[in-house]
Amino acid sequence: MNGLFDLPSDLQNSYWGLIALHLREAMIPVLAGLLVALPIAQLCVRLRWLYPPVLWVTTVLYAIPSLAFFVVLIDYTGLSETTVMIPLAVYSLVVFVPAIVDGVRSVPRETLDAATAMGFGPVRRYVQVQLPIAAPAIIAGLRVASVSSISLVSVGMLIGNQGALGNLLNSGMIYNQPRLIWLSVVGTAVLAIVVDAVLIGLRILVTPWMPRGTRKNARPIALKDAAR
Amino acid sequence: MIRIDSVTKRYPDGTVAVDRLSLEIPDRSITVLVGPSGCGKTTTLRMINRMVEPSEGRILLDGVDIMQQPVNTLRRSMGYVIQNAGLFQHRTIVDNIATVPRMLGWGKDVARSRARELMERVGLDASLAKRYPYQLSGGQQQRVGVARALAADPPVLLMDEPFSAVDPVVRKGLQDELLRIQEELGKTIVFVTHDIDEAVKLGTMVAVMRTGGRLAQFAPPAELLSNPADDFVEDFLGADRGIRRLSFFPSAGLELLTTPIVAVDATAEQIAARGSADVPYLLVTDLDGRPLGWSEPRDLTAGQIEPERLLPYGRPFVAERDSLRAALDGAVLSPTGWAVAVDGEGRAAGVVSQQTIGEAIRGAHAAAPVDAKAGR
Ligand SMILES: Nc1ncnc2c1ncn2[C@@H]1O[C@H](COP(=O)(O)OP(=O)(O)OP(=O)(O)O)[C@@H](O)[C@H]1O
Ligand SMILES: [Mg+2]
Repeated sequence: MNGLFDLPSDLQNSYWGLIALHLREAMIPVLAGLLVALPIAQLCVRLRWLYPPVLWVTTVLYAIPSLAFFVVLIDYTGLSETTVMIPLAVYSLVVFVPAIVDGVRSVPRETLDAATAMGFGPVRRYVQVQLPIAAPAIIAGLRVASVSSISLVSVGMLIGNQGALGNLLNSGMIYNQPRLIWLSVVGTAVLAIVVDAVLIGLRILVTPWMPRGTRKNARPIALKDAAR
Repeated sequence: MIRIDSVTKRYPDGTVAVDRLSLEIPDRSITVLVGPSGCGKTTTLRMINRMVEPSEGRILLDGVDIMQQPVNTLRRSMGYVIQNAGLFQHRTIVDNIATVPRMLGWGKDVARSRARELMERVGLDASLAKRYPYQLSGGQQQRVGVARALAADPPVLLMDEPFSAVDPVVRKGLQDELLRIQEELGKTIVFVTHDIDEAVKLGTMVAVMRTGGRLAQFAPPAELLSNPADDFVEDFLGADRGIRRLSFFPSAGLELLTTPIVAVDATAEQIAARGSADVPYLLVTDLDGRPLGWSEPRDLTAGQIEPERLLPYGRPFVAERDSLRAALDGAVLSPTGWAVAVDGEGRAAGVVSQQTIGEAIRGAHAAAPVDAKAGR
């Protein structure tokens, strides 16, 4: 227990193991949220009247504290990673739905007309034209959702040490070791920064067609974050 | 042939955009739909590729109702070009052009080499192939739009105000290019514009539509200019339709005078001999025969002719090729009132007075409306 990265044995994990776990617990919900949001957003684009109520629902879901989710979910999924990940996936919808809807709507009318006129069916048009053009907006949403999710995973410590790096906070207090608390906070922050940088790289990679300079416009919507 | 047979389009909100329109669009020629904003041009065009479904009536393509074909098959057999090109911003220029061939199942390489071939055809430099649309000017994007529509070699081309978002100089270039391409390819083109000059320039047949989606007149441009069906069409053609109509009269019949032309190294005898009572001025040319300017014979001294001191000769017209409009323009622009005719190489072929041009115009008017394609 002397090295900087040595952890108490009751955590049953090394520091790097916790980081990997943290990453998994944060990113699986984000990807699941994205998969769920895609069809929902497409429905909202098709049926305009659906968009405001859907937005409202995602906002209300976002407002439910994770603890409340845990209380309900524990009956079904127990004290498991799944119980932590489900609310995280639900929260990500508040970012993804508007990001995708706005991105898809930003495709110029004449581009869509041109696609239709060339004989694109609706599915082909969505996959080959609308989604690629919405990609910058979607990746911007992905950045917000990922960073937010990474910070939120820590609450998992409340249900039997399912909070990955968050568990160190608890241990730090129990063993009165500020080093562990620092490891948790700094580790989470670095993880968030690294993931964000990777996503920026991804965006640059998939959008060689964007004029330089406007790339920065794809900055994510202000981070809505609350203490939960 | 595309036959529009008593077609009406009523939008769900009750707007009648097209009202019992019937048109026969001839094969392998450009038919222009022209009319004021909101008269139903776009709606008509989009009914041809079924982006809009008619409420009543039907449209026949080579005698077969277009509703009988699967919609996407129909659309892939018709190129479509719109204002601002509507390019796919996320694809390179070659891939934009190769879109329809790829959808038709062509291999990637075949489709791309076809795309490069088309870039050349529409006058795009091969170096632009790998660029993205944002890296092109409006005029270049519009050319890509035309190339993309032509990519799978469809027999029909639908064009909705394709050139209206570019400046006049670029627009003229694109129009000339379209006429050239059409000469080579002979597509059946339906072209929408609200610019009557563009309609007259490009159309083999011009359909003038009026607000409410009704046909006002369907005629070749020369006839439109000489015989507008009613006040609406006449108004729409604008004030100077008389002058514009001259575009359809060839200058070939004009009698050109070659006597009043001297070279810059002319001798005193030549200057004296070429001046006459009928022609108060002499046209001075350089040693190759290219016009330099006008002068009165008495102001010319053999061996000392200074080109800078000559009167400007306006804009010459090309003998045999240009129209009477160009000849008249040349005469009006020249301070002497004489127009200069040149040959294909720009060498003076003769001169002609406003008066002679005026007589030719009166003669042409007396004859029946002239062949629509003469000298543009
Ligand atoms: N989707 C629609 N729903 C209701 N009305 C429509 C629709 N599209 C067009 N219209 C109406 O139909 C009429 C004809 O429209 P259209 O677009 O065909 O005109 P246009 O001749 O192409 O005009 P412009 O030169 O301005 O492009 C207009 O009054 C327009 O407002
Ligand atoms: Mg229109």
